[in-house]
Amino acid sequence: MSQAALIFWVTLSIVIIVYYSFKARKTALNLREIPGIKAVEEAVGRATEQGKPILFTTGWGGDIQRPTTIAALNLLRFVAAKAASYGCRIIFPTHDPVIAETAREIIRSAYNQAGRIDDYRDEDITFVSPSQFGYAAAVDGIVSRTNPGAMFLMGTFEGEALILAETGNISGALQISGTDSTIQLSFFIIACDYTLIGEELYSASAYLTEDNKVKASMYAQDIIRLLLLVVILSACLLALFGLDIHEEIL
Amino acid sequence: MTINRVAIIIAFVTGIFMLVQYFIDAVVVNNLYKTLLDYYQIIFAITMIVGGLTLLRVHLRKLVRFDRHSIFSLATVTAILFMVISSIIFGTGTNSPYQWAFNNIQAPMQATTFSLLAFFVASAAYRGFRVRSKPAAVLAIAALIVLLGRSIFGEMISEHLPSLAGWVLNNPSVAAKRGILVGIGLGSVATALRVILGIERSYL
Repeated sequence: MSQAALIFWVTLSIVIIVYYSFKARKTALNLREIPGIKAVEEAVGRATEQGKPILFTTGWGGDIQRPTTIAALNLLRFVAAKAASYGCRIIFPTHDPVIAETAREIIRSAYNQAGRIDDYRDEDITFVSPSQFGYAAAVDGIVSRTNPGAMFLMGTFEGEALILAETGNISGALQISGTDSTIQLSFFIIACDYTLIGEELYSASAYLTEDNKVKASMYAQDIIRLLLLVVILSACLLALFGLDIHEEIL
Repeated sequence: MTINRVAIIIAFVTGIFMLVQYFIDAVVVNNLYKTLLDYYQIIFAITMIVGGLTLLRVHLRKLVRFDRHSIFSLATVTAILFMVISSIIFGTGTNSPYQWAFNNIQAPMQATTFSLLAFFVASAAYRGFRVRSKPAAVLAIAALIVLLGRSIFGEMISEHLPSLAGWVLNNPSVAAKRGILVGIGLGSVATALRVILGIERSYL
């Protein structure tokens, strides 16, 4: 397993680097549209027009080491930049103090770059509680009191997912969610206006950036996916003929 | 050298080390890995104190400003101070005020929040199962089969309904889940590599 995983990592690295070296700098890369990502700007604009704040939270299920949280914070940077340029207030409650400090830096930096540091409110980026339902109750309370125009539920969510999404739905906020929790995805799809399913959350920053290097990694990801598909189909075909080699190659 | 460049180098070196250590079983590497994890715990503990103090400061400010929501800040500040001071004075043993507050206030409040889920599931299911399009019809039919098949009524209606519900759960549902999970795995790897290789710099 370790050897197979190593080969997978090395192959992906090589594909990313090779693709980036030969293509990314020379050609303009286009990615297919994802409605949830396209709606990010609309959500911020809508909240600004209504004079309401934006609420962004990364869920209770993940800490800063989780790729989903990193992907959510990558997206936060774009949301914060847009909110800062529009002069819209952004609220970020979280269950993890490390995430709170990272988000504080990202949001402060976004307001600073937009030349609106005076609009930045340090008290809006808060660590609320490490307890799952303490966090859910705190976020619900914030939603009920501040009545946000847009809500971003991005990250790893567990049992609190539907509590937050339904509260947001009742408050009338435009909700964009994204998670890697397959169980919570169904709740988000029902309760939110847009949902980024699994890997769409990871690719959100690539869609929103103008940087070709980041976009190139999406292309590389697709190449790896194709390779994986070929390997899975080959293993299935070989298994039909009595050759069970899937444990060795996957 | 700018501070951003230093951050990228630290991310690269640490990322590559954490990746490589997974495949190497050597004492030096294992010790360094454990040391790095210990440092993360130390950073987490410090940020927990910072987080607690920030929370206290935010709510004290709201109390000073005094508006119609100040009552919530008063409850938060009182709870934080009570738990911290009582645990310092009386400890956190079985009969301590800290444990009493945990068992009789915090745990019931958490259970209350959790119980809200039942009502939210009902309201979300009502919205989700309204048949407005062909995909919504498929969803509603699949949900109906699973719901009836997993309950006592399924067997009363038809003896094949429980096995049909099992088929829906074990075949189309698992196939979709696995497809999503493969994508999530690839996305995780790609995100980690983007950060390690310095391609993704949004965190700076």
